[in-house]
Amino acid sequence: MSNLIIHDKEYSSRLLVGTGKYKSFTQTREAIDASGAQIITIAVRRTNIGQNTNEPNLLDLLPPSKFTLLPNTAGCFTANDAIRTLRLARELLDGHNLVKLEVLGDPNTLYPNVLETIKAAKILIKEGFHIMVYTSDDPIVAKQLEDIGCVAIMPLASLIGSGMGILNPWSLEIIINNSNVPVIVDAGVGTASDAAIAMELGCDGVLMNTAIAASDNPVLMASAMKKAIEAGRDAFLAGRMKKKTTYNASPSSPINNTISKNKCA
Amino acid sequence: MIQLIINGQTQNFDSTLNITQLLERMALNKTRIAIEYNGQIVPRSKFKEQILVNGDQLEIVMAVGGG
Repeated sequence: MSNLIIHDKEYSSRLLVGTGKYKSFTQTREAIDASGAQIITIAVRRTNIGQNTNEPNLLDLLPPSKFTLLPNTAGCFTANDAIRTLRLARELLDGHNLVKLEVLGDPNTLYPNVLETIKAAKILIKEGFHIMVYTSDDPIVAKQLEDIGCVAIMPLASLIGSGMGILNPWSLEIIINNSNVPVIVDAGVGTASDAAIAMELGCDGVLMNTAIAASDNPVLMASAMKKAIEAGRDAFLAGRMKKKTTYNASPSSPINNTISKNKCA
Repeated sequence: MIQLIINGQTQNFDSTLNITQLLERMALNKTRIAIEYNGQIVPRSKFKEQILVNGDQLEIVMAVGGG
């Protein structure tokens, strides 16, 4: 199976996972290990003043030697906040430049504000960041984000954390067919079949968090997602059979030389 | 006495101090945080040089779980 290549680095896993909403760091790490994911998203937040400094830190759980950490800008509603967050993230991760940019437009839908996203991406790219960008499933916006230099386009399948699956496969297909950089479905996947469908459409990968973390058994769901991504990718590469345009059967076995006297075929 | 605005909260300190001293007071591990000082990133290598004075604004951030 061919590898996923993002900005000149190869990844054998096409599943990217988040680290939010888990019950504990132990569960987070177990789920990540079961998923086989190599690119792991993290968020950047203010330290609690007066916090217990003996608390384990997420960076201890996810050594950058083993994982590619992808800091995000979740919770940012302006280009400026997203830019400041990623500058801090780059310093936090000792100069690591690969980031996930998302600029949200509305706290209820968490739908991306594509104008602010493009504005932020242009500035960050000039500053040397490699941007994997969360966006809507608008093919024109996706192309514009590629044209300004984003290294991966990450359209939503449905709203963040909704688990509604892939609502518009047709738009995703247009984005995939037009793109020269990896297209990674980000947001909306609810269960393994959603991930497989995304990969069968020809997506280069899937990024998910809630589908694993909010399942009843996150470690088992992580394992299911790993298999779904692999199965969907293989099915895409194999090329599916043509769907019949009329609803007729086509026998899989020879129709001659059966022991039956009745010829029904 | 000086006042610093750290993560949006006003904090009082007896005298001016540098960022390394501030982190020691707050018991924060410098390899697990990043700092924005009056809107500009301060690299870890400059923590000792950066003297904090009355009214300075700092954001001190860390990695947390997220998607």
